[in-house]
Amino acid sequence: MAFQPVKYYQTGTFTVGNRLLPPEVRAVQSSERRSNALNSGHRACQGCGEALGARYAIDAAMQATNNRLIAANATGCLEVFSTPYPETSWQLPWIHSLFGNAAAVATGIAAALKAKGKAGVRVVAQGGDGGTTDIGFGCLSGMFERNDDVLYLCYDNEAYMNTGVQRSSATPPAARTATTTAGNVFNEGKNLPAIAMAHGIPYVATATIADLHDLEHKVKRAMQLCGARYIHVLVSCPLGWGHASDASIRIARLAKETGLFPVFEAERGELTSVSHIRHKVPVEEYLRPQRRFAHLFAPKLRSDVIAALQDIADRNIERFGLLDRPG
Amino acid sequence: MLKQIEGSVAVAEAVALCRPEVVCAYPISPQTHIVEGLGRIVASGALGSCQFINVESEFAAMSVAIGASAAGARAYTATASQGLLFMAEALFNASGLGLPIVMTVANRAIGAPINIWNDHTDAMSQRDCGWIQLFAETNQEALDLHIQAFRLAEELSLPVMVCMDGFILTHAYERVDMPTQEQVDHYLPPFEPRQVLDPAEPVSIGAMVGPEAFTEVRYLAHAKQMQALDLIPAWAAQFRRAFGRNSGGLLHAYAIDDAETVVVALGSVLGTVKDTVDEMRSRGAKIGVLGITCFRPWPLAAVSAMLSGAKRVVVLEKSLAVGVGGIVSTNVRTTLTGRAVPVYDVIAGLGGRPITKASLERVFVDAMNDELRLTTFLDLDAAVVEKVLHRESETRRSGPLAENVLREMHGIPAR
Repeated sequence: MAFQPVKYYQTGTFTVGNRLLPPEVRAVQSSERRSNALNSGHRACQGCGEALGARYAIDAAMQATNNRLIAANATGCLEVFSTPYPETSWQLPWIHSLFGNAAAVATGIAAALKAKGKAGVRVVAQGGDGGTTDIGFGCLSGMFERNDDVLYLCYDNEAYMNTGVQRSSATPPAARTATTTAGNVFNEGKNLPAIAMAHGIPYVATATIADLHDLEHKVKRAMQLCGARYIHVLVSCPLGWGHASDASIRIARLAKETGLFPVFEAERGELTSVSHIRHKVPVEEYLRPQRRFAHLFAPKLRSDVIAALQDIADRNIERFGLLDRPG
Repeated sequence: MLKQIEGSVAVAEAVALCRPEVVCAYPISPQTHIVEGLGRIVASGALGSCQFINVESEFAAMSVAIGASAAGARAYTATASQGLLFMAEALFNASGLGLPIVMTVANRAIGAPINIWNDHTDAMSQRDCGWIQLFAETNQEALDLHIQAFRLAEELSLPVMVCMDGFILTHAYERVDMPTQEQVDHYLPPFEPRQVLDPAEPVSIGAMVGPEAFTEVRYLAHAKQMQALDLIPAWAAQFRRAFGRNSGGLLHAYAIDDAETVVVALGSVLGTVKDTVDEMRSRGAKIGVLGITCFRPWPLAAVSAMLSGAKRVVVLEKSLAVGVGGIVSTNVRTTLTGRAVPVYDVIAGLGGRPITKASLERVFVDAMNDELRLTTFLDLDAAVVEKVLHRESETRRSGPLAENVLREMHGIPAR
């Protein structure tokens, strides 16, 4: 029989299929030695994408740094649900200061470590999309521009969920939030991964909670590099997006498979890899299960708006070559 | 070692003697020469691995200092005016987290109208943010206070703001006695915090505190500041023994023993006040001076004791609480509660207006005759404000104010 490499998705599903992989590429999360840096018992909602993304990302960073890691956290869901003191879910040194300064606090920690000669200890900062793309944007851009040795992780659930689902500059067009009751307008918002790339920093990547192995890989890649690094993780939010709590991963996967959320890596401002779409699906399949887009389907089908969203997806597919077959 | 140098440079050198490990810099007049000076010292290699970080805003400056301090580094920054306000959220955070950051405030007015010159509105606006606030009278005291500030901050686990008058002190060339590194090292041991961000011993810092404990946390913040009322004079006394100079402490009294009228003031204006008082005393006036070095915590008992013989108090202050009057005077009135002593409030030097001996003597004499209004604006151009007020009483609608005052002064019709 001819040699046949093990296919990643052997079962035909998107299951990681960890036991079929060589040990060195198995998921961090599958190891009994994983750090469980965000421990169980926290108060995230059922099906919270942010909790899932943060656990995989931080555990991967912990493994990559041999558990020599410090985290700075912006105000937001992640901060609130993880530290109802005297309980804390964090098994690594962790600080929360303010909503808009996580990147700057991380810069300060990195500077202190440098001043004290603790070169082996690394720093991550993390926040939601509000704390990253809006109120924390100045500090984040400053941290990028100075190329401070910090990995910034943005868990993007596309609105201010902690305060009750208000629009952020990461809210997609047409999405309904508490402050965009008729649906968010088109041609607004910020493409933060692109802005991060424009800073020319060593590493920028996007990921979703639908491919956690990919997220782990990107965190580990980021930790091999020094200087400012940015990973933008799409994390679905059952509460804010209005989908079933067991649909979080499926919805995140659809965001990628429609082309609405391009998944890629870039180094020094240049694209280095993209995650190709396996089975292209129309955006309608992504929109329909989410209550935030319900006004596009009833009382009247808004084919015009859906078409405009399909245009965005198609432009992403074109721009990033998301349908090209890997060579 | 005696040196004839600019105040900002003196402060930069004094801070360098305190061996900071992280310095964050964002420029704002009149603070710039301080961070420029420190930048030069760090670049020279004299501070070893000290990190000098050019940040993108004052909010970031304080945030970087917060991160650095929480990770165990001795952190310093400097600001003024709008910059202090821009970092206001982080100021409360630094004190709430108990981080012993030291910051210079080169006191400057707050706009609008934009004004780069000296008054105390910036520091006074942050008087309740939980920082210790010390005010320097001279450049010598400014540099000495920084050395004491690091000691106090790290002893109490509280941030300390050293306020020095913008331009008047920061840009003045004066003789200062610069201590040696050995002297400072002896006075200020290395920073060894009780808790740091360290992978060897992970802690969560900055958790949410609900109604069940918030009052207790705030009470303890207050209690710590009250402890500072004992520690500040104690460390000033130790400073006097180590450096041979009387700098810092809670208050500086001058010619107060037999004084019936006591002038209370903060900062560099005390020099002019003392000169005025000297001249008035030579003509037999029973007038003295009480300089406030420590404004937060407010040294209530010490001020009360110093004013025990006073028949009247004149508070001369470079700040205004719009809608109330003075800020320092409000504290003085609280101190004198139950005593039939009038407290006259003289608002002076706003936005850098010169405070002259002639003007001071005029208000002091009026006060001694109990003919002074309770709130007086020193050298106010009454004609201009009356014109503006008159015109505005005729047409009530919103519009420019600052620009119209300038037009009036230059004889251009107001809009």
